[in-house]
Amino acid sequence: MRDRGLIFTGLVLFLGLITFPVWYNLASGTSSKPPELKLPTTEKQCVAPTETMRMSHMEMLITWRDQVVRQNDRTYVAADGKRYDMSLTNTCLKCHDNKAEFCDKCHDYAGVKPYCWDCHIDPKLVQRSKG
Amino acid sequence: MSALYSLLTVLVLILLAYFGVAAAHLGVLFGTVIPFAAIAVFLAGLAYRVVKWANTPVPFRIPSTCGQQKSLPWIKQGRLESPSSTLGVMGRMALEVLLFRSLFRNTKAELRDGPRLVYGENKWLWLGALAFHWTFLVIFLRHLRFFMEPVPRLVNLLADVDGFFQVGAPVLYVTDLVILAALLYLLFRRLRDPQIRYLSLFTDYFALFLLLGLAGSGVLMRYFTRADIVAIKELAIGLVTFSPVIPKEVGPLFFVHLFLLCVLLAYFPFSKLMHAPGVFLSPTRNLANNNRMKRHVNPWDYPVKVHTYAEWEEEFHDKIKAAGLPLDRE
Ligand code: HEC
Ligand code: HEC
Ligand code: HEC
Ligand code: HEM
Repeated sequence: MRDRGLIFTGLVLFLGLITFPVWYNLASGTSSKPPELKLPTTEKQCVAPTETMRMSHMEMLITWRDQVVRQNDRTYVAADGKRYDMSLTNTCLKCHDNKAEFCDKCHDYAGVKPYCWDCHIDPKLVQRSKG
Repeated sequence: MSALYSLLTVLVLILLAYFGVAAAHLGVLFGTVIPFAAIAVFLAGLAYRVVKWANTPVPFRIPSTCGQQKSLPWIKQGRLESPSSTLGVMGRMALEVLLFRSLFRNTKAELRDGPRLVYGENKWLWLGALAFHWTFLVIFLRHLRFFMEPVPRLVNLLADVDGFFQVGAPVLYVTDLVILAALLYLLFRRLRDPQIRYLSLFTDYFALFLLLGLAGSGVLMRYFTRADIVAIKELAIGLVTFSPVIPKEVGPLFFVHLFLLCVLLAYFPFSKLMHAPGVFLSPTRNLANNNRMKRHVNPWDYPVKVHTYAEWEEEFHDKIKAAGLPLDRE
């Protein structure tokens, strides 16, 4: 059959779709720069080496949760001997007090939506809603 | 044996990428040069083969279908199996492409005591193939989060649905379990049965092992060794905006993942994996069975010069008559 027109349309459609990210980034003017994060100003060091935190903070948080909820063990001893209360809101967000400019910004970039905030609170939002 | 050879080939590829980056610091080669080359080969090779197929004459309908064709009004037509209209063909193609209908018809034959040959259903291949292809699509679409900034809402939604069970952090994706299970089943299917094993070639195993390596390294990165997603996204965005960067935080396991994909992409246009575009161009699937309703004239028919008997008789009329032979027309 003379279906060449149809086949070429399909081929062009496929090529357009598979290269879609190229056009999308072009249209939104994306550069390969990762987002600028607001790091804590008062503290110098996270609860673990920065590299570990960047890659594995979610695993640490789940370990913390299990320790607290299942073992009733609330103290985390860091590699440098410092003691921390294993708490998402009271520890992480105490230093990283700007959740929107830190956690959320990076997560938006990486395309992750942690569901933790269905239950856990961001103290800043609570203050604001109190007035 | 062919299974072993292809496993070895994939292992060599994995080691090549791992030590190429970890020991020889060939990050630019594995993170920029090879990906661009692989994508170019994939796109050009695929287009070349499809254009070649498009230029192949298919003058007639090939109604090797499994349904009753449209005939007399009191004979029920198999509308999807043997469609006679464009709409019917679209239905048949949709079932084929989205649900792998012809695999659903897969049967097995077994020699039982007697000896007696018995046929039965075998839906496992269909289920395994369907599970693999659909999860592959979902994973592919989810991966767009590395290539697009801002991340489209649909990609986030897909990740949410995929992580529905909210097991652990990073959250467990159901598709990761399904794709590994499906690939292992498809491999096991070839290895288990002596007949299928006999029919299986190096290339059959190679695609499976490549995909297993690809999915396996991804799962390893996500749930076990962890990877620096932000640095990897920098690299990925760099590729699609043609301003490549190789952040130093990107680990060698990621390069294994990427290299296996590059091998798959470059291999694709020259392999059986071309069944993906091929299914759309299958004449037994995409042409309506309307041979009895429409006359199909071959548009490529060469105008052959013919000399009919009547003309021949005309030409030698006198000679035939003189020889006393009978003539059609006196
Ligand atoms: C004592 C204050 C403090 C606490 C508590 C703390 N952080 Fe940090 N965190 C920091 C500082 C300071 C940095 C920046 C370190 C650097 O720049 O090297 C940081 C860096 C990070 C980074 C890496 C950011 C980047 O630039 O890539 C992540 C992710 C992170 N923290 C997550 C967490 C999480 C999750 C918790 C709770 C488990 C937590 N932090 C608790 C102070 C803290
Ligand atoms: C269904 C509601 C809910 C969700 C969703 C949830 N948590 Fe919790 N989480 C709790 C409750 C309740 C506790 C117990 C609080 C306590 O005993 O102090 C807790 C405790 C914790 C603790 C230790 C105590 C503290 O103060 O933080 C950590 C760490 C934690 N959760 C992390 C997470 C993370 C990480 C996520 C997301 C992946 C998450 N949680 C999602 C309800 C939830
Ligand atoms: C440097 C970037 C970065 C920063 C900053 C960051 N995260 Fe993350 N986070 C990630 C990435 C990337 C993932 C997803 C990892 C993946 O998909 O493998 C993630 C995943 C998570 C997850 C698991 C979610 C899921 O559904 O898989 C939790 C919980 C989490 N982050 C909590 C936090 C909290 C709390 C903070 C702020 C204190 C924070 N993160 C700051 C990059 C970051
Ligand atoms: C179509 C080919 C690909 C397949 C089948 C594939 C498969 C997988 C699978 C199954 C995972 C496990 C986690 C998940 O499902 O998200 C994964 C993770 C990953 N893949 Fe791929 N992948 C492919 C291409 C790529 C490409 C091109 C990149 C380059 C950016 C990439 C980067 C990653 C990264 C960074 C992870 C870890 C994700 C995380 O930690 O959440 N993959 N891959």
